[in-house]
Amino acid sequence: MHVSQERYGDALLLTPVGRVDNSTTDGLKSGLDAYVASCRSGGDRLVLDFSKVDYISSVGLRVLMLAAKQIREQGGSIVVAALQPVVREIFEISRFNLVFQCFGSVREALAKVSPTALAAYDSAHGT
Amino acid sequence: MALWVTFWGTRGSIPVSLDSASIRDKLAHALVAASGKRLDTQEKARAWVDSELDFAVSHTFGGNSSCVQLDAGGDEHVLCDLGSGARAFGNHVFSRDGPAKANVFHVFQSHLHWDHIMGFPFFAPAYVPGNRIRIYGCHTNLEEALRRQQDPPSFPVPFDRLGASIEFVTLQPGRSYEIAGWSVTAKLQSHSGDSYGYRFVRDGRIIVYSTDSEHRLDVPDAVEGAATFFADADLVIFDAMYSLAEAVSVKEDWGHSSNVVGVELCQLANVKHLVLFHHEPANNDERIAEIWRETLRYEEISRTGEPLRISVAYDGLEIEL
Repeated sequence: MHVSQERYGDALLLTPVGRVDNSTTDGLKSGLDAYVASCRSGGDRLVLDFSKVDYISSVGLRVLMLAAKQIREQGGSIVVAALQPVVREIFEISRFNLVFQCFGSVREALAKVSPTALAAYDSAHGT
Repeated sequence: MALWVTFWGTRGSIPVSLDSASIRDKLAHALVAASGKRLDTQEKARAWVDSELDFAVSHTFGGNSSCVQLDAGGDEHVLCDLGSGARAFGNHVFSRDGPAKANVFHVFQSHLHWDHIMGFPFFAPAYVPGNRIRIYGCHTNLEEALRRQQDPPSFPVPFDRLGASIEFVTLQPGRSYEIAGWSVTAKLQSHSGDSYGYRFVRDGRIIVYSTDSEHRLDVPDAVEGAATFFADADLVIFDAMYSLAEAVSVKEDWGHSSNVVGVELCQLANVKHLVLFHHEPANNDERIAEIWRETLRYEEISRTGEPLRISVAYDGLEIEL
């Protein structure tokens, strides 16, 4: 699984692409692990753009939970944005919507986590 | 030959009962739904209740702790666990056969936590001379646990005063045994103090009883082991006590699984029918019904092969295989 990375101010935007199941979860994990250490108090805010994920299994959700646990222990923040309808259902069925802040769009998520990141995003996208 | 699975106790951790407020709410809901209907006989009312009301309104998912009966129609009774549901089962045998008939009971214990043994002091057939009760398990302290709960000051009748002939049989996990017409294999599961699942095979049909087990799908060996144990089962009775979010966060290592993992594991193992079992005692009927609906939807979303049938266990549920 490919996870692309963009930076907007003090926020990291990670965008996994494809189906997150038992055969692809390692890709999601390695894509997250590379950035989790920098997401701490006073460090980067992490926004996961799920607009290109069409399914996530329990193992993939567990990877998200472990990353969130480490980030929160470090005083950092992680949020999720732009869930496709089916993935939103999976978040609700698994109750992950209760432990992750979920936003309708990347812009909404950046607005929540950092004004600096939002300004950088708007500047980059001409909004 | 038909095989029947009857659920006498389905609740996890501790028995629960409907309280008066819950019954009042159900009645109010039903009366509103029935307004304008001419339900002037018991028969009409029952038929309307069965066809028109949601199960969570018209019934309850029950509150006894774990006890499941496997019935192949023979003279010998087979049970999984002796939770408080064993009391209801024992009373059923009494009312059907009367106290004079000698019976044989084979009981397979998943583990020895209190909610899985607490029904035995109230299991009426244990008090009747002539009855034979064989209790199987993989824990070496099986007998000690059953005896201890009847010691003073916990219970007024000591174990040695029970009239039935009671034997304890230690099983080895991974080894197949022929017991009461069933081929039975136990498997070690992840749970505090260990628990064991049981795979029952008879006449080509397979039933797996897997409660009080924290299945981890991120550990390849565990996935392979569970999938092999569940493989091609006609029925899997599965511990779905927590949501996935709970099971991988605040309740990790508490020894229970989720509906989501149950679906994924049964799909992987080509199971035909999954039964959600060992309900969280904090969940009321509406919540359990909601979990059932969500599980059906998750099965649709995650399906890659044949559809998996999904039921939710309740005290009194009977499934024919």
